[in-house]
Amino acid sequence: MHPSSFEYFAPTKMKEALELLSKYGEEAKIMAGGQSLIPLLKLRIAAYSYIIDISRVEGLNKIRETGDFLEIGALTTVNELEENELVKEKYRILHEAAVQIADPLVRNRGTVGGNISHGDPSNDLPAVAIATKAKLEIVGKKGKRLVDADSFITDSFTTSLEEGEILGKILLPIPKVSSGGCYIKQKKSAGDFSVAAVAVNLVLAEDETIKSAGIGLTSVAPKPTRANKAERYIEGKKIYDSVAREAARIIVSEAEPSTDFYGSADYKRKVLGRIAEEAINLAFERGLVR
Amino acid sequence: MRIVKIRTRVNGKDIQSEVEPRELLVHFLRENLGLTGVHIGCDTSNCGACTVLVDGKAVKSCTMLAVQVDGREVTTIEGISKNDELHPLQKAFLEKHGLQCGYCTSGMILTSYWLLKNNKNPTEEEIRKNLSGNLCRCTGYQSIIESVKYGAQLMMKEKEKEEQQIEVR
Repeated sequence: MHPSSFEYFAPTKMKEALELLSKYGEEAKIMAGGQSLIPLLKLRIAAYSYIIDISRVEGLNKIRETGDFLEIGALTTVNELEENELVKEKYRILHEAAVQIADPLVRNRGTVGGNISHGDPSNDLPAVAIATKAKLEIVGKKGKRLVDADSFITDSFTTSLEEGEILGKILLPIPKVSSGGCYIKQKKSAGDFSVAAVAVNLVLAEDETIKSAGIGLTSVAPKPTRANKAERYIEGKKIYDSVAREAARIIVSEAEPSTDFYGSADYKRKVLGRIAEEAINLAFERGLVR
Repeated sequence: MRIVKIRTRVNGKDIQSEVEPRELLVHFLRENLGLTGVHIGCDTSNCGACTVLVDGKAVKSCTMLAVQVDGREVTTIEGISKNDELHPLQKAFLEKHGLQCGYCTSGMILTSYWLLKNNKNPTEEEIRKNLSGNLCRCTGYQSIIESVKYGAQLMMKEKEKEEQQIEVR
């Protein structure tokens, strides 16, 4: 299979990339690791006259803590993310999601920014960004702007990026002392997308009640989704079996799965209910241990 | 149709070539350079038969463009043996029957080669996880896992030998 013809650019500066993007507008597509885009081009589901490969743009593959945030450059590969010592040690929810993305070969090319800005409701990092209440830094010709992870993906494969804009950084709040998170992904085979997956991030108060909850869902709606009602339900409570079970029931009611290759909508709800309960219990336990 | 000039280093040899931007790396390696040890299996980024190393990291060459290796180094299965002698991993696959039809083998070996460069003595779980993007439809994987374990031992022995020889000198 061959993609249809295109003209190719590989800028090394963000400024150049933005200029090319505004010059060619909708006929151009940004490519980072290409692990989602190249298959689409090969299958001719997508075709563009201009491909702007930003993988050589300098300075966008760093992971570091600054101020209140862990800053991840959009061009950091998923492999770099999973091998990063700081991420392994302090950002378990992120690490857990990273090692479950596709397979090691794909993770060597695929990027954090691509995983998010592709807008695929089955991609794993958007749910983690939602659960951790992350912010995204978007770069455009006029400068930078910050958006909440929630409002970034607006529909299946659709983001709030405006013409001429590129996702530059992901900003994850540095975890509080007593907080716990996890990512549970149910898939049919190794390296596959999920039937359903759930990211839970809990901040505990001194009396072990939930001070703040973040719950993000993958593969069970047209876009990555925050389980708002379930978050409000568990906030202020201690997690007992009955609470986790009721929260999972609410999470399922907030999902809008559709029947497809990965299973019927009903099956996906059942899977989601089970992993959601498990994830809430696990995140709580991890919060207690710290 | 635009043609782009690229310079790359493939299996230690400097290459200058002209490619169409849409040309996939796997086709460039097989058709332009004759490196047919790089296989086309699924052509959809699932099977790993097309695995090569780009700047030392294992990637699927069906999901990369040839223009993207401009200025980078590529290693294929043809490039891992030295002085006409099989690489220890190749010897291990031969001895432990790590293949039947052989179609997935170059990918299995290169993905494991990448692992063993960073992790000399991996656990079975690490070997299995590392190969999760490489499919084999013959062996049932057991003999492949045994081959990688044995290959790791052979590589460590070879390293020891090299170090001893250096000491003798």
